[in-house]
Amino acid sequence: MTSTSLRRRLVSRAAEAFCAVSVVIALLPLALILFYVVKEGIGALNADFFTKMPKPVGEAGGGMANAIAGTLILIAIAAGFAVPAGVICGIHLSEYPKSAFSTIVRFAADVLNGVPSIVVGIFVYGILVLPVKRFSALSGGVALGILMLPIVIRTTEELLRLVPAGLREGALALGATRSRAIFTVILPAALPGILTGILVALARVAGETAPLLFTAFNNRYWSTSLTQPIASLTVQVFTYAISPYEDWHRQAWAGAFLLVMMILVLSIAARLAVRRLERMNRP
Amino acid sequence: MNEPKIHVKDFDFFYGASKVLHGISMDIPDRQVTALIGPSGCGKSTFVRSINRMNDIIPDARGTGTILIDGKNVYGRDTDVVALRRRVGMVFQKSNPFPKSIFENVAYGLRINGGGSKREMAEIVERSLRRAALWEEVKDRLHSSAFALSGGQQQRLCIARALAVDPEILLMDEPASALDPIATTKIEELIYELKSNYTIVIVTHNMQQAARVSDKTAFFMMGRLVELGDTKTMFMTPKEKMTEDYVTGRFG
Repeated sequence: MTSTSLRRRLVSRAAEAFCAVSVVIALLPLALILFYVVKEGIGALNADFFTKMPKPVGEAGGGMANAIAGTLILIAIAAGFAVPAGVICGIHLSEYPKSAFSTIVRFAADVLNGVPSIVVGIFVYGILVLPVKRFSALSGGVALGILMLPIVIRTTEELLRLVPAGLREGALALGATRSRAIFTVILPAALPGILTGILVALARVAGETAPLLFTAFNNRYWSTSLTQPIASLTVQVFTYAISPYEDWHRQAWAGAFLLVMMILVLSIAARLAVRRLERMNRP
Repeated sequence: MNEPKIHVKDFDFFYGASKVLHGISMDIPDRQVTALIGPSGCGKSTFVRSINRMNDIIPDARGTGTILIDGKNVYGRDTDVVALRRRVGMVFQKSNPFPKSIFENVAYGLRINGGGSKREMAEIVERSLRRAALWEEVKDRLHSSAFALSGGQQQRLCIARALAVDPEILLMDEPASALDPIATTKIEELIYELKSNYTIVIVTHNMQQAARVSDKTAFFMMGRLVELGDTKTMFMTPKEKMTEDYVTGRFG
């Protein structure tokens, strides 16, 4: 065996080892987080956790029914305005990619994507909380929606641009108007991907805490009113985790576990929905 | 002979500053097949896409001159492009079925034209698929995805889709260039069947195909119409030296 071939083999081995170590570094934190959350959380999870309200300070037991409902309401509000606005924005960006307006919107979306979530919280506090002098579910939902918006806009744009030009031509050649072609052919073709983007964005904002501290605040009681403060899993977990009570720590773990599970379920739902839609779409 | 279905006079076309069609003038007869041949980049695709104004969607593209269909100017100021495209169907080189079921693909043109009762739709879909010689192959799976079809079937589906809106003219931009010989034969037979009802303009790179399916042949070269005549004459005794060289395969 010549020395160059030996050297090549050594370099190859070293490269493989480097890749393996990188994979471990990348996966280890995720594995540890999941392991910890599951280990601590699963034992604390019981029927009470889902159905009972928080007990007064010092009393053991109780659950997070209000926070679970609160989180669902908050992400529903967020999706309610961020999805239509974001998708329509994305359509505009892909239809008029070079207009000055599109350039500005695209840049704004990218900047917004980089704005720390707590800043968004303060902003919404300024426009929706201060004027009425009350924390509200609505303001919390809006804050989460603002965080979703840039993700939805950019995913929609990117995926619409991937739709083959031939589809548009086919629709136009049959006498479809431009908008008709967009809504009946181009958008449906990109839908599986857009849907995934939306669910990923939802999963991301469902785990936000900071922007809710100034907006939705928290609520020890059951509330579904949009104009009242509302509890959320993340804020509840935060509150319980920094408390001095053993039982609250236990519940904070359970809350964290539930959050992780919700995100897992959302991701799986996204996969399944995409697979179903793609059965029609596969080229 | 009857009035020409399409009358073209001094038609120029530009992509931005570059001129790609130079003073095209030709008559396309009603209910016959006119083949456009010529080397790549000679402007035949641009020309065929000018007839239904598909080039409108390309930024900075513009045509000047006259294209009349039944005496009405395609590029007139009050031309309704959407209505024009309903009269002038188009089949593309790359089959482009929509991500919908076979039935919905054919029904698409009807739906955007206001639809009709369920029964009417089903009838028109069946009739169109029969005309495109696809019905027997798909009648049991009308509601499965169009992408499940083979390439040749997809192209016939696109033809059925174009026929469903009952156009008068059918433009075909290299409809068989991506298909195998068997599928190509089917498309050619179909063109032969269709010409009794439709005026067909077909762009093709395949000289034998032009000779087999067309009544008239137009030879394009570098954005100019070199020669137009009966297909037989064009292939046997063309007037122009360039045409003869091209159809005999001496260049291009």
